[in-house]
Amino acid sequence: MADFEIKDLRASVEGRQILKGVSLDINKGEVHAVMGPNGSGKSTLSHTLMGHPGYTVDGGSVTFKGQNVLVLEPDERARLGMFLALQYPVVVPGISMANFLRTALNSHRGYDGKDKSKMVTPKEFRSLLKDELETLHMDDSFLSRYINDGFSGGEKKRAEILQMAVLKPEIAILDETDSGLDIDSIKFVAEEVNRMRGPNLGVLIITHYTRVLEFIKPDFVHVLVDGKFVLSGGPEVADRLEETGYAEWGHTEEEPKEVA
Amino acid sequence: MATQPKIEVGSDYKEKYGFFVPEDYVFKAKRGLNPEIVKEISFMKGEPEWMTKFRLRSLEIFRKKPMPNWGADLSVIDFENIFYYLRASEKQSKSWEDLPPDIKATYDRLGVPEAERKFLAGVSAQYESEVVYHSLQENLTKKGVIFLDTDSALREHPDLFKEYFGTVIPPADNKFSALNSAVWSGGSFIYVPKGVHVEVPLQAYFRINAENMGQFERTLIICDEDSYVHYIEGCTAPIYTTDSLHSAVVEIIVKKNARCRYTTIQNWSTNVFNLVTKRAMAYQDATMEWVDGNLGSQITMKYPSVYLMEPGAKGDVLSIAFAGKGQHQDAGGKMIHVAPNTTSTITSKSISKAGGRTSYRGHIKIYPGANNCKSFVKCDALLLDDESRSDTYPYNDVDAENVTLGHEATVSKVSDEQLFYLMSRGIPRAEAETMIVNGFIEPFTKELPLEYAVELNRLIQLEMEGSVG
Repeated sequence: MADFEIKDLRASVEGRQILKGVSLDINKGEVHAVMGPNGSGKSTLSHTLMGHPGYTVDGGSVTFKGQNVLVLEPDERARLGMFLALQYPVVVPGISMANFLRTALNSHRGYDGKDKSKMVTPKEFRSLLKDELETLHMDDSFLSRYINDGFSGGEKKRAEILQMAVLKPEIAILDETDSGLDIDSIKFVAEEVNRMRGPNLGVLIITHYTRVLEFIKPDFVHVLVDGKFVLSGGPEVADRLEETGYAEWGHTEEEPKEVA
Repeated sequence: MATQPKIEVGSDYKEKYGFFVPEDYVFKAKRGLNPEIVKEISFMKGEPEWMTKFRLRSLEIFRKKPMPNWGADLSVIDFENIFYYLRASEKQSKSWEDLPPDIKATYDRLGVPEAERKFLAGVSAQYESEVVYHSLQENLTKKGVIFLDTDSALREHPDLFKEYFGTVIPPADNKFSALNSAVWSGGSFIYVPKGVHVEVPLQAYFRINAENMGQFERTLIICDEDSYVHYIEGCTAPIYTTDSLHSAVVEIIVKKNARCRYTTIQNWSTNVFNLVTKRAMAYQDATMEWVDGNLGSQITMKYPSVYLMEPGAKGDVLSIAFAGKGQHQDAGGKMIHVAPNTTSTITSKSISKAGGRTSYRGHIKIYPGANNCKSFVKCDALLLDDESRSDTYPYNDVDAENVTLGHEATVSKVSDEQLFYLMSRGIPRAEAETMIVNGFIEPFTKELPLEYAVELNRLIQLEMEGSVG
């Protein structure tokens, strides 16, 4: 049994079925890439896995650490060890990144305002962030800014990866983290993800392009078309897509919408 | 905000804020309101004759004035079923140690001396109707700053008192200012001499502790030319089951080139009627700032106002209101531009949950000849569910030329996207909602001294608990 198992997952948005039976086994230590054209269901997959209220599960199962993930609230999934780096990180005014990160970290440690021994100390917090900020080429001033407020596209994506580095998930889903990124930001993000790669982390990279896979080498590549995997294999699948695109599944290459 | 400590509240709220000590009063007037009770209050306080007459005249005005027919529903107030005066101890104590033990216990729980030790210049804590504890750092006294409870100020500085008392808000201003003028007791009196800057905030902590007791404090602040003061009042009332009435009057005079900031964080228990008249007169190049946080109470009607009397005067109102189940916060501000080249801003933020109702009610008046004035009003409302309500009632009267008047209003809901985002990082739903609300009022919180910011965030957290279905 794999560490993280998706079985025949079907999900819909506003009454329209988007995922039509997706199965995927992810073990810790592995990096999987899910590639697909626009509208294939990539975002539906990531949001359904994390429990976004706008997505309805129609069937199938997701199992992690022996738990039925689909009945859990998003915060419970996170505390179980899941993480989703959003394609479009949300702006929350009035809350500093530092406050956000600290609160999230305290939640992960089970600190509910009572048992102070579970609380992250300021010193620990600072040392925890130092290396990560350096790797991602972010400076300290970043921490006093409001969550994603006025961030550039690249800053938002780097902030997502910073959160991942702090929260240390066991299963990380990176939803089009490469979209809207300049090449430098892609490199910084990739460097940080590669730093975290190892026997304690399983990664699911969701992307339209093969570009990011030059920097984060996947062990497995799956092609998602119309809510189903049409092809799974090793890194060579990405090379094939690089040459032919999604044309062989009836999708001519169109310019996807880039939102920086 | 980055260094803000984690707040712990919840289970200890009743313990910390909902306690009350058994009543042990030296003097307690009978319920109800008539000239005999008013005379008795004045007699007990040993007031000069002019004040007794002022009170009696105010009572007449109160009786003649109709109840306001706008704003919140006040028909349930029974004026005959209220105690108008109580005094908790015979005389004021100069030091903390002299306080009666039960009163001390109350304030210990509120942390007044801690606050003082940390950075506050003076503490004037109002227990029921009389100020029982009062102190002021010596260097302020040397500079001529007066910080007294209002009753003592009447005794010790009769001429200064009489010159300004009732000049900003006369008894006939409205029904509740008339009531306050008849039965007022306690409150703060501050005089800041010319050129003196009080660098640390002066603070008073008001509490209501007796059932069915009205609290009618009267505050008078005079900032002489080129002076500066920041006054903070915090209110935390114990929880009771029958209704209480709080009807204060706050008068402020800000003279040429002076600046006054008045900060309120109030958290009345949810059966209190909070009907307060607050007004300042700002003269040439003077600045008046109201920072007003309204939590708790059943009904609040409060519209801090600034009369901009001479050119260059500036008025600011920054307010937040939080209305939960059964609560109506009718708050806002008034800016009266009497002189040309005056500016004003009103920023109002409101939060409604569980069927609570918030209203912004504002008045911008620009008199003939008050040309080249600028005024900007911004109202943001946050609704936490579908049953809650928010309204805005802006009234603008402009009778001058070349005036810049701006108004901006937004109503939003806590978005699913924000909530999902915070929760996807492991933060439980209730805590995530609280964070979003605290983020929403952050422009207000950041204007507060750190201890008050912490207290406010804590109160918001209490209000939010169990709010999610």
